[in-house]
Amino acid sequence: MAREIHVADSNTTSRAVARRNIKNAGVAYLFVLPTVFYLIFFSLGAMVAAVFFSFLEYDVLSPPRWAGLDNFQRLFASPLFPKAVWNTIYFAILYVPAHTILSLLLALLVNRDLKGVVAFRTAYFLPVVSSVVAISLLWTMMYGKEFGLINYGLKTLFGVSGPGWLTDPAWAMPAVSIMSVWKGLGVGMMIFLAGLQDIPKDLYDSAQIDGSGAWRRFLHITLPLVSPTTFFVAVVSTINSLQVFSQIYVMTEGGPRWSTTTLGYFVFVSAFEDFRMGYASAVGVVLFVIVMFFTLIQFRLRKSWVHY
Amino acid sequence: MMRDNLMSSLASNRRNQLAGRAAVNLFFYVLLILVGLAFLLPFLWMLSASLKSVAEIFSFPPKWFPRVRRWSNYTDIFVVMPFGRFVFNSFKVSLLSTAGVVLSSALAAFAFARLRFPGRNLIFALLLSTLMLPGEVTLIPIFFVMRALGVINTHIPLYLPDFFGNPFGTFLLRQFFLTVPKELEDAAAMDGAGPFTIFGRIFLPLAKPALATLGVLTFMWRWEELIRPVIYLGSRDKMTLTVGLTGYFAEFGGGEIFRWDLLMAGSVVSIIPILVLFIIGQRFFIQGITMTGIKG
Repeated sequence: MAREIHVADSNTTSRAVARRNIKNAGVAYLFVLPTVFYLIFFSLGAMVAAVFFSFLEYDVLSPPRWAGLDNFQRLFASPLFPKAVWNTIYFAILYVPAHTILSLLLALLVNRDLKGVVAFRTAYFLPVVSSVVAISLLWTMMYGKEFGLINYGLKTLFGVSGPGWLTDPAWAMPAVSIMSVWKGLGVGMMIFLAGLQDIPKDLYDSAQIDGSGAWRRFLHITLPLVSPTTFFVAVVSTINSLQVFSQIYVMTEGGPRWSTTTLGYFVFVSAFEDFRMGYASAVGVVLFVIVMFFTLIQFRLRKSWVHY
Repeated sequence: MMRDNLMSSLASNRRNQLAGRAAVNLFFYVLLILVGLAFLLPFLWMLSASLKSVAEIFSFPPKWFPRVRRWSNYTDIFVVMPFGRFVFNSFKVSLLSTAGVVLSSALAAFAFARLRFPGRNLIFALLLSTLMLPGEVTLIPIFFVMRALGVINTHIPLYLPDFFGNPFGTFLLRQFFLTVPKELEDAAAMDGAGPFTIFGRIFLPLAKPALATLGVLTFMWRWEELIRPVIYLGSRDKMTLTVGLTGYFAEFGGGEIFRWDLLMAGSVVSIIPILVLFIIGQRFFIQGITMTGIKG
């Protein structure tokens, strides 16, 4: 008797569930409809459109004209193009390793069981929550050749005359990336901190009993076990750094002598200052290919050094 | 006797260990403070410059404390540029964007986490893949969408897309919704609740911390955004703080007597809202950023 009721019960519920699922499917589309619109008009669809645009010649005023591969030919022939590609990669080279290594060191420093260490974490995190425009303006002032705080510090502490950080083509990109590393370290630190705290403590204890020194413990326990986090930080910071824009727009406007013109900035200038929409889209497509390329390479290399 | 010796040597060992520990701790405190200075001194320099005269900013050697604190810099920024307008616009755009992202992400995240429908995984995968699209690339086609809608030189292009969706927010909230026990939902369904009721009455209230996390991050990102405001906002009374300050610098920055004091005062003010938000909701910022580390 009890069993029968049970069976009957489960029958009606499973039928109810089935009915609910069908109804849900209809309602579910209501939930995702906005997102589908978003994909079509504001992200994936826009990407497809950008690829299409790269085959057009369009200056906004006159109607667009099919240009085939003209934009790409002009782009590859332009002396500015290899420079912009190099500047984009150069910024990533200056930024990603410094960001990753310093973030890990910082996380190790604030992972110690010391009184008041949380206050230090907060202090290191402050640049992250400060508007990049305000920070860029501040550093532009600090980078001044004659009256800047940084050159004054170099002079008084080390007796070195600093360069014209933002006016010397050789120094502008390093200057922008130093500031960017300073601004972003807090993010990397917090991510690494979470990764470090996931490492089981008894691993360290048993290593200590075996007589391993701090350096060996770091090399054989910390580094391998935190490597998935290292991978994550490296990939995300690569993707972000290849798209750098705000700092460059505020601090150097791509100069001096194009030394900080990255592909992202190049897209902006071509599209919204020169109004060459097709040409700008072609630059954008190249930027997209470069971002994909470096992301894929990192995933390929992952097996050789990331431990799961 | 031997026993005494042993005890005292043990004790002295212990003392040595404690002393060694204290020395190590001291070393790390010194390190923490030195690194802290590297992070804090630039902020102090900004604050100090915002209270100086231009002449004093460029006096040599530089001084950390202004001779006279010129609080008037903070009122003068309202005279040389429509600063109040900039602040208002930044708040307006950031708040609307935040509302949009939270709302649209929650709706989609609920469907991806809890509803079954054909195409679910495909749509979700497509959405995730867009996290890798460089913003500069999609900028141009979206600009033409906005032009077609006739909303150039308004704030609408800055927040409209957020009301439709956001891949980062959807991903974040979906992760959270997946952890909600199925029994809660079943019990409500037994009582005859439909998906909208379950979403509004059960999932949204439970997700408050996750919604707050997404909210503070979105607000921060939109507050400091530069490229889209530069493209869409032509007239000064429409500008947000980031374009306004950058524009002021770009227009007058080359001059001999450029008002760095005012620019720094404006920069200080532009940092304060997020700083306050950060102090109130620190754990949301840190949770969100550690979970993702991605830009919106």
